[in-house]
Amino acid sequence: MKLVAFVKRDCPTCVLVVPALAQLAKAAEFVVYTQDDPSFPAGLEPRDDSALEHSWRAKIEAVPTLLRVEGGQETGRVFGWHRGEWEALSGVSGLAPGLPAERPGCGSLSVDPDRELELRVRFEGELLRARRVELADAEDEHEAIFARGWSDGLPVVPPTEARVLAMLDGTKRAPDEIVATVPPDLVPCSVEKVAINAVMAGCKPEYLPVVLAAVEAVCNDTFNIHGVLATTMGVGPIVVVNGPLRRALGMNSGINALGQGNRANSTIGRALQLVVRNVGGGRPGEVDRATYGNPGKLGLAFAEDEEHSPWAPLATDFGVARGRNAVTVFAGEGPRTVVDQLSREPESLARSLAAGLRAVHHPKLMLAFDAMLVIGPEHARVFREAGWTKPQLVARLIELSSAPGGEVTRGAGGIAEGLPLPPAAKDAPIPKFRTGALHVVHAGGGAGLFSVIIGGWVRGAEGSQIVCREITA
Amino acid sequence: MSRILLDPTSERRLAIRPRAARIDSLEGRTIGLLDISKPRGSVFLDRVEARLSERGAAVLRFAKPTFTKPAPVDLRHEIATRCDAVIEALAD
Repeated sequence: MKLVAFVKRDCPTCVLVVPALAQLAKAAEFVVYTQDDPSFPAGLEPRDDSALEHSWRAKIEAVPTLLRVEGGQETGRVFGWHRGEWEALSGVSGLAPGLPAERPGCGSLSVDPDRELELRVRFEGELLRARRVELADAEDEHEAIFARGWSDGLPVVPPTEARVLAMLDGTKRAPDEIVATVPPDLVPCSVEKVAINAVMAGCKPEYLPVVLAAVEAVCNDTFNIHGVLATTMGVGPIVVVNGPLRRALGMNSGINALGQGNRANSTIGRALQLVVRNVGGGRPGEVDRATYGNPGKLGLAFAEDEEHSPWAPLATDFGVARGRNAVTVFAGEGPRTVVDQLSREPESLARSLAAGLRAVHHPKLMLAFDAMLVIGPEHARVFREAGWTKPQLVARLIELSSAPGGEVTRGAGGIAEGLPLPPAAKDAPIPKFRTGALHVVHAGGGAGLFSVIIGGWVRGAEGSQIVCREITA
Repeated sequence: MSRILLDPTSERRLAIRPRAARIDSLEGRTIGLLDISKPRGSVFLDRVEARLSERGAAVLRFAKPTFTKPAPVDLRHEIATRCDAVIEALAD
């Protein structure tokens, strides 16, 4: 057995317990580390830990701390002075009878808030494998980041070692664990690289598991982020978050849910896009060939309002149990509003929504795209009061948004665009959406008889399919 | 604060590879025509095939399964091993 003590001269309790330390030094193998004065405590051959490395690695929070070490492993620790605890830990009785029975200690210098970040970088920095980029004294860090092409066009939080280490506290996953192979460059991406980009996006550490799940969700052949980038169409990955984590992170599912102003909403989607840009190499004008893009490509994430929804959460449509945390990613364009302030009957409102859905990308292009329908609370109320289920609504919307072939064939309505249908198909009903192509989410502010449509991209295995992933660690 | 930043990129160094030698004649060569599977790409490639044949080239036609995804590695390998050159058609 070995006893290891941590002290500092600046702590009155440490000064008080020197007689007890002297007794322990005689009774057992004994080492004392001193955090400030290398000569303290005199006569006990203190080891200088003014660099605080031993204190840091032993996770000392207060001084004095006494550790018992057996076979190289710590088997017990006490902090502050408490005669009974010290005697029980050390097995030495009759410790310093002249002292009071107990006395609280002081904070360890290794957890001094002014030094903790610096110490962490010094002693844990080796966990980080990323290349270090040293800035010149005269270099403005924000301008340096723009100049290196790391930004999406807005300023980012500079990814220092301290910030990235703090970000990694948000996950139990190891920094060097590979999360995904990121297109278009097909680069294996570590948890650390995701964390760096999450710092830049402005995420808090607790958002990191959501970002990790979102990266996994887009980087596969099903979601096909390569195609979503490369297309001339203006789509990007849209992240919908379900489960109790939404509330824990303070995500917005209410007023302005698809807009600015909520840190988690704004930075989670942005972090995902920064990973695609910086790790995957997906940059506008290179593999990203969007004719217009859309403002949501800076990052678009929002939470579903599960509490007020008439229906089960979106993630349950993909087999994730209610109450579990999940991200669902959808390749979508910018949101557009459907206004219907008069319908109080579900059939009437469904007809309005179907008319809006019919216009996705072009009213005569059928069967080609998915869409996400974000039902606002005031519209959802109409369906709730009428007892419409989500599958019932989706089925009716598919029926109502279909059109006879003669209406959507090329040239019909004086419009060249359309489907190449034979004349015989003029009366055949052509659906706008295939089964499984409409995804219904409940979100938005409590006032406003509106819903929102987000048009998708080339659907199915030929394009991008919606992907849902549980958020784990 | 620290003036050291962590690199957010893949840290890849781009490999610079020499271009394959250009073919100096079409006579007796095999030219691959790759349709990315967008509408009407075949219209363009049919014309190209006719013109190449007139000049004595053998033509092999290939198609990606979908224009939205990179060509599968097996398809790229097949083109590389069977053809002296390849022409890829975009469309719309």
